[in-house]
Amino acid sequence: MLSAEGITKRFGGPSGPILAVQRVSLAFASGARLGLVGPSGSGKSTLAQIMAMLLAPDDGSLTIDGDRVDIWGVRCRRELRHRVQLIFQAPRMAVDPRLRVGEAILEPLAASGTAPATADERAALLQTWATRVGLTGDLLERFPHEVSEGQLQRACLARALVVRPRYLVCDELSSMLDVSTQAALLEAIAAVQDEQELGVLLITHDRVLADAWCDEIADIRELSTHQGEEAVTGGPVPATARPTASSA
Amino acid sequence: MRARPRLPEARATLAMSARLEVEELSVGFRTRRGVVQALTRASVTVAPGELLLVVGESGSGKTVLAHTLLALLPRNVDVSGSVRLGGQQLLDLPAAELRRVRGRRMALIPQSPASSLNPVRKLGGQLLEAARARGLTEEQSRKRLHELLGELGLDLAFVSGRYVHQLSGGMQQRIVNAMALVGDDDVRLADEPTSGLDSDLVDATAVQLREIAARGASLLVITHDLRLAERLGGRLALLYASRIVEIGPTAAFFAAPAHPYGRELLRALPEREGKSIPGMAPELTALPGHCAFAGRCPDRFDRCTESVPDLYPVSDHVLARCFAHAER
Repeated sequence: MLSAEGITKRFGGPSGPILAVQRVSLAFASGARLGLVGPSGSGKSTLAQIMAMLLAPDDGSLTIDGDRVDIWGVRCRRELRHRVQLIFQAPRMAVDPRLRVGEAILEPLAASGTAPATADERAALLQTWATRVGLTGDLLERFPHEVSEGQLQRACLARALVVRPRYLVCDELSSMLDVSTQAALLEAIAAVQDEQELGVLLITHDRVLADAWCDEIADIRELSTHQGEEAVTGGPVPATARPTASSA
Repeated sequence: MRARPRLPEARATLAMSARLEVEELSVGFRTRRGVVQALTRASVTVAPGELLLVVGESGSGKTVLAHTLLALLPRNVDVSGSVRLGGQQLLDLPAAELRRVRGRRMALIPQSPASSLNPVRKLGGQLLEAARARGLTEEQSRKRLHELLGELGLDLAFVSGRYVHQLSGGMQQRIVNAMALVGDDDVRLADEPTSGLDSDLVDATAVQLREIAARGASLLVITHDLRLAERLGGRLALLYASRIVEIGPTAAFFAAPAHPYGRELLRALPEREGKSIPGMAPELTALPGHCAFAGRCPDRFDRCTESVPDLYPVSDHVLARCFAHAER
């Protein structure tokens, strides 16, 4: 279970702090597909970065399969960070422009010293994941600016999956892509879910997509409490996404 | 920034004749991997008051079309064909003339708003500058920007004191939309005007865009968002691997696409089958000498891998680049 409890995050602004996430609680199991919807600016991306341990919350806690996260960002234990992978909306801003696409896919393994020892093994591993996300031909040899947005997002998906995460947080992974590429990315994720325990948090403003692909849907406005009261009440909230006692 | 003097008589004539005519437009980029053929012999016309959607996947040539119209292309490019605005050829205009066209007769809503705004200036000044460049007075500018942003749920005073990095992606998108819509340019080019917006804001943006066309502007909207396309209506040009493969009324496309690529694309919508089209579009450096979709097409026959099909009439208003319609 990847579980966030009472997460609050403020950012400094010129006219005082901006409350990006207000005491939000949500949890999803490995193997689940939870959709997180909400309007533009409602804190979905901030929550995604906190759940991937890239950003420390001001308040609240994050637990991964029972392990509580105390250290955030690059100092966080690598093994813990590998358990949760994040895919961003804009793939061009998510990869090093100086690395070839193939190198970018294997970069997380190289950085953590867990890449296979021989070049042949590395090539085989790269080929496996490239094929699974539908990357073919010489695309792996190219630089990010030489491939399309859709091809680069496929590479970002491979790069996230190559460390064998237990949870995948997708922050608008397809909102810049055509529907066929979107379907291809989701098919690739579903295929991995068929083989291994992988929980997916699909953050999207596309309610139709969330309805079609996810087992459950949570609206961030319904997960958040403000000044001790529920900020917004709407339709039924799924069990895994119901605000917990600590946030009410 | 000095306000530009307005010439009402001159503008009236321009507005009367502001038809955008693109003929046989081809654009190729010379790169180290060879020539990237971004657009191949594309012809479209947008009359005043008309809305044309250009739809296709990333890398199909959509953005290149908009950038060619505004001559915003790098040096390593070869362009052939013709682009006329109200009869005036734009492709070989000198730089000084082009500046008079850009942002005055043609406005662009750019893709990736964050990189189109100045990161070290507050947004208020940038918004006002865009309005004053269209000849509005300070007071008119504030009033119009207040209206435009208000329609999209943003407060001019709130955003004015902020820097671009302090706003969400959806807010940034609304800022660049307001900047492009503030004037009365004859042609508006909108490149993915709803990226990062939730469905309510997509609706509000669609209303704004339709109103602008209704007021007589020629509107060309580039998008990969099929639901936005359906909401906007007008006419639709479907691009695939640098060519227009289908063009006709938007409603006709959504009712029954004439090209197999259009059919497969609609099947990929999550509310339909959510099924991806197998394979990928061909590389723009190595486009085949036959139908570019043949390799992925469920309905292909021998002829499809022999030559490139023309745009054949499917019905009174619909053309499709598919041999299945060649015999009609």
